[in-house]
Amino acid sequence: MENLSYLFAAYSIIFAAIVVYVMFLWRRQARLDSRLRGLEMQLNEIRDELAGEQPKPLTAASRSLS
Amino acid sequence: MGIKAAHWLGVVTLAIMTAAIFMVFVYVPTEAQQGNVQRIFYFHVPCAWAAFAAFALVAISGVFYLWFGHQVWDDLGCAAAEVGMLFCTLVLITGSIWAKPIWGTWWTWDSRLTTTLVLWLLYAGYLTLRAMADEVSQVGRLAAVVGIVAAADVPVIIVSVRLWRTIHPAVIVTRQGSHGLEDPRMIATLLVSLAAFTVLSAWLLMLRFATLRAAARLTNLGRQLALTEAEMADRSAQHVMSSRR
Repeated sequence: MENLSYLFAAYSIIFAAIVVYVMFLWRRQARLDSRLRGLEMQLNEIRDELAGEQPKPLTAASRSLS
Repeated sequence: MGIKAAHWLGVVTLAIMTAAIFMVFVYVPTEAQQGNVQRIFYFHVPCAWAAFAAFALVAISGVFYLWFGHQVWDDLGCAAAEVGMLFCTLVLITGSIWAKPIWGTWWTWDSRLTTTLVLWLLYAGYLTLRAMADEVSQVGRLAAVVGIVAAADVPVIIVSVRLWRTIHPAVIVTRQGSHGLEDPRMIATLLVSLAAFTVLSAWLLMLRFATLRAAARLTNLGRQLALTEAEMADRSAQHVMSSRR
């Protein structure tokens, strides 16, 4: 049963480091995903607005034709 | 290769890691000379293996990045360097913890320990370089070169116990050329631990690579948004001009 504290310390550090790193990656990924979703929604809204304005140049063109 | 694959790899990692822990603490016999502290070896060696494999991947992806110039290789190299650093740090820490009761000191300037510390410092430099200049386009090329040069230290660490006089034990392949694990249960435990850390490092690499790709996508979307907003502003300006006419 000698030197058990060293054994415990070594394995605790290994698992603590891995768990902390995985949590850090998950949190970072979640933050990035939410920012990506926000940007995608913003981009889609602007694109929809632009698509809604599409008939305007056509009207101008038809006016010049007439 | 997405989030689903990463989840499955996480489950596989957990299963093999549980088996490895069981074998290390229950199955494998206690080593006669060193006692229980020798059990550190079953995770210390796989940590070293995972670090070396990750740094080799940094070098390979660095070569591909310099060759093809595709961002994916740069991201892969960065992810591998970070995972390699995690395991290299664990190698140094667990080695020191083992050394204290066996050698009577936390650290000695032995050839294997010193070359491993040099490797850690080289990749610490690599990650610092990336962190300090993440907006500069040149950083990818510079980091690739540093990653390739630093990986040259890995074979030096492996052969260091044969090249120089060292007190570090050569267990996997002894100085006489045979292996130092006599009990087949010790070999089996080491192999399962090696498998566990291989899968674990692949999983961590996948997770880190996914965050880097998401960050790249975020930058790309930000650019697209700026362009679309500029287009929208341009159109509304044109609209005002035409309505004035």
